[in-house]
Amino acid sequence: MRENRRSHQLAAFGSGLLGTFSIPGLILFASAAGFGALARDAGMSLFNTVFMMGIFFALPAQVVMMDQLARGGSIMAGTFAVALTAIRLLPMTVALMPLIKEERTNWRQVVAVHFIAVTAWIEGMRRLPSRPAALRLSYFIGLGTGFVLATLVGAALGFLIAGSVPPILSAALLFLTPIYFFLSLVATARSSVDFLALTFGTMLGPVFYVLVPGFDLLLGGLVGGTLAFVAGRYQKKLWEPGKE
Amino acid sequence: MNDFLSTYQAALVLLVVAMLAHEPLRWMGLYLGRRVAADSEIFVWVRAVATALVAALVMRLLLFPAGELAHIGLEIRIGSVLGGIAVYFAARRNLAAGVGGAAVLLILADFFMK
Repeated sequence: MRENRRSHQLAAFGSGLLGTFSIPGLILFASAAGFGALARDAGMSLFNTVFMMGIFFALPAQVVMMDQLARGGSIMAGTFAVALTAIRLLPMTVALMPLIKEERTNWRQVVAVHFIAVTAWIEGMRRLPSRPAALRLSYFIGLGTGFVLATLVGAALGFLIAGSVPPILSAALLFLTPIYFFLSLVATARSSVDFLALTFGTMLGPVFYVLVPGFDLLLGGLVGGTLAFVAGRYQKKLWEPGKE
Repeated sequence: MNDFLSTYQAALVLLVVAMLAHEPLRWMGLYLGRRVAADSEIFVWVRAVATALVAALVMRLLLFPAGELAHIGLEIRIGSVLGGIAVYFAARRNLAAGVGGAAVLLILADFFMK
């Protein structure tokens, strides 16, 4: 009985792992290569690039922290900005938990949540519901492991080829990260608050960058996000006056 | 650019930042996910702040880029992003098409405008 359950879990892990060979896996690989190129430009070593990719496994946090250190900005402000980008992971994890819930919190779940970042989260939410409940955690760990491995190889490759490919290809590689982030935000935005936050952040970010460099992300996030939240609430009141 | 980022001390700083300011949010999600509703007001706000922050980061990377991207004209960078967004929607919200389309546009625009 127990042996049988183990082999089912192993099979689910394996099919999750194979899920890496997909379009989202490819985008992730390419944007990790973009990060590798960016990291080389910023003055990172190959080891630090791959190491950072693995321990964070969330490109926004990585780019924020690296960019901050590369520009000689304050480590404290960088850490705050990282924590702010990580806050995104909290509701994502909460939203995914019902799908990978087990009777007791266990170490496999602690491993599983490390994989939660935009891509793995979207794919988890998309693929898990159709799988048998008892095997979802194994499948997700497989998928996450595959995604992490893809980004480690991608980051290393991006780092190594950044200096030897034509400049325009390096530029295109660096360009992948912002466009991927932006479209991911559009793809995961659900409410009008999300879209307002996207708009305000886009408009305020550059203003704060010019006015208060180093704190631009922190302020762009807090001011833009809060404005979006308030505007969204106000709009909701107008549309649903009785539902307070 | 500085040398610090290539040192082992930098790796240590990154590890500490990851374990103190990044990973705990995932653990908290694991803990809260068992009891809190994912659509409560506080999460709506948290989500909005995080979204605005990443949007600001996107603009920083696009308008004030580092490395080779800085040698590409601002109008080409902005145009390619807008083109990528258009391709994304034209391909029925296909992420790969949008990202790929934007990169191809950038390369083509750079090639023809030189």
